[in-house]
Amino acid sequence: MESKDRLFNSMAEAVVTGNKEAAETLAKRALSEKFDPHEVIEKGYIPGIQKAGILWEKGEYFLPELISSAECMKAVMAVLKPALKASQAEHFSRGKVVIGTIEGDIHDIGKNLVASMLSANGFDVMDLGADVKLERFIDKALEMDADLICLSALLTTTMLNQRRLIEMLKERGLRQQFKVLVGGAPVNKRWASDIGADGYGENALEAVRLAKEIGPKRGLA
Amino acid sequence: MIRTTRPKVELLSRSFIEKIVDEAFLLLGRHGVFVENAEARSLFKEAGMPVDETNLRVLINRKLIEDSLASTPLTVKLYDRTGRKEFVVGHDNVHFDPGSAAVKILDHSTQQERKPETADLVRLARLTESCEHIHFQSTALVSSDVPEIIADSYRLYLGLQFSSKPVVTGTFRTEGFRPMFEMLAAVRGGDEELRRKPLAIFDACPSPPLKWSNLTTQSLIDCARAGIPSELISMGLTGATSPVTIAGTLVQHVAENLAGLVICQLAQHGAPVIFGGSPASFDMRKGTTPMGAIETMMIDMAYAQIGKYLKLPTHAYMGLSDAKIDDAQAGLESGMGATLAALAGINVISGAGMLNFESTQSLEKLLVDNEICGMAYRLIEGIAQREDPLALRLFEGFKPETQFMTMPHTRKWYRLEHTFPRLADRDTYDAWVSQGRKSMDDRAHDRVEQILDETPPNLADEALRKELERIMRRDAKNNGFDRLPDIL
Repeated sequence: MESKDRLFNSMAEAVVTGNKEAAETLAKRALSEKFDPHEVIEKGYIPGIQKAGILWEKGEYFLPELISSAECMKAVMAVLKPALKASQAEHFSRGKVVIGTIEGDIHDIGKNLVASMLSANGFDVMDLGADVKLERFIDKALEMDADLICLSALLTTTMLNQRRLIEMLKERGLRQQFKVLVGGAPVNKRWASDIGADGYGENALEAVRLAKEIGPKRGLA
Repeated sequence: MIRTTRPKVELLSRSFIEKIVDEAFLLLGRHGVFVENAEARSLFKEAGMPVDETNLRVLINRKLIEDSLASTPLTVKLYDRTGRKEFVVGHDNVHFDPGSAAVKILDHSTQQERKPETADLVRLARLTESCEHIHFQSTALVSSDVPEIIADSYRLYLGLQFSSKPVVTGTFRTEGFRPMFEMLAAVRGGDEELRRKPLAIFDACPSPPLKWSNLTTQSLIDCARAGIPSELISMGLTGATSPVTIAGTLVQHVAENLAGLVICQLAQHGAPVIFGGSPASFDMRKGTTPMGAIETMMIDMAYAQIGKYLKLPTHAYMGLSDAKIDDAQAGLESGMGATLAALAGINVISGAGMLNFESTQSLEKLLVDNEICGMAYRLIEGIAQREDPLALRLFEGFKPETQFMTMPHTRKWYRLEHTFPRLADRDTYDAWVSQGRKSMDDRAHDRVEQILDETPPNLADEALRKELERIMRRDAKNNGFDRLPDIL
């Protein structure tokens, strides 16, 4: 029991310090030693990403630390997920997300942060990249039966495309099928409500909180 | 007489410069650059460079870069609207211009940002015209009352009417070049006249890391062929879109700019190019791109020094601030930036008026920054030997009550040795109180109103105005718009 605890501690530590190699190695070891992957995630890794989040909010961690922890989490989930039982996998999937920087805009630093943090927190994330045509967001969301569409824009000119996407969803009778979250430097709460989006996140952690709150349409977690 | 020393600041040693440039050459030769524009890729192919058409990657060898550097002019000459006033961009000459392109304007009355409209663009151009220390205008605001698709040509259309100064501008779409070129040629009275006497600089930004997009590459090619100087604006963000170390970011910066420079030279041997940029020290706490960070200024000064080493005219975004209003931070960052840029001998310094990470312009700040630029100019003029002996003669027969105020020597030199700012407060405390205890921002606002009251719109040539309007209307119509906002 004591060694198991020590293993969990090392897992959390690996995530907190952003040591991806160690985090993966520990995950593989846990599988080879027949630990329950569900328990490994819950008790080993999630405390790590939570601690990284707390350090970020306290202002001790900056983006490089936070994102490295998120990337560890992503890597670990890739190792452990296939070993989860179906019911357990569902528990860890908080929802499916299509994310991208909108048409006409090549700025994707903020979007990348949000995508990383969402997948670190158990969302299935399809990142379409930057300068993504509006139709592609919708096609992809339909194809993977997404819960959320997340739209990033850095420019005030391209921000207008966020409104267009929502209008397109309405025209095609799909508005109720997806929740739409918007973000980006020129975007604010008021804009989000003006265009009829389902939410706006000021930073990556807030986006995660919001996504969890709005949650998958299947009502999980 | 002793020659006046021009004060100068250099951050890099010669051997450090050589190392950075060498790594940039290796980077372009080994890893190359992404070029989205098909015409540019075929130019590279014709020049014998390996081009990967699947990944759009081009490798550029040392010889081609060196040849391209050799064919790029050492200086660029710009001329004002009349064609009579010449500005040499190169050597250690310094020219300031307003920072561009802002999508918001700080409204003094509400202290809130709002979207700029036609009237704001006109005001900004007229104020720029009045700023004696700001040599160039720039299309610094994006007008929200015209459709986005014609926003690039529209800002030039207004700038050319309301300021006579050479323009720093750029395209937002590949089709934007044609109408903008036609407007510039109309002012000059012909394509060849424009080639001989350039009126505008076009900015073109690679997308870090190491990518030249279709739009910006097309701008390089179009400008090179029209004889319009291209300003290469590499803009790495340390630790986000470029290496986190300053020296590492410089390698990428130099490589991106050199790739752009080669494209210009392949399109037109001898094309005028300015080695510029808008990189930033990315803030790892906030995820923002501070232009007022000292490290941003250090990157700027260093790449400009490298540009000089490569015998190129230089540019930087300096003398601007990340503050949201015209407060102490705005003055601090802008003052420091403009001063350091001038000391670095950067030829085109874009930033005046700008706040909030290059996204907001302030008319009041533009006038404050004009004073900063004036101080920077005075500084780089240095300390001159005016007379020989310097002072001894003034002391001949001096008594305890000797004073200098009425000496002819004082009268002769005081206006040359000393400058007199208009907005900085040098009043006594009581005088300041009696004038309403105004902040610099308030005084700047009073001055904004005064200038706009007294300065008439200055494009008198009716025929030219009509021609510019015809070009603008045609561009609007081609994009499906029949109406343009009323001017004035």
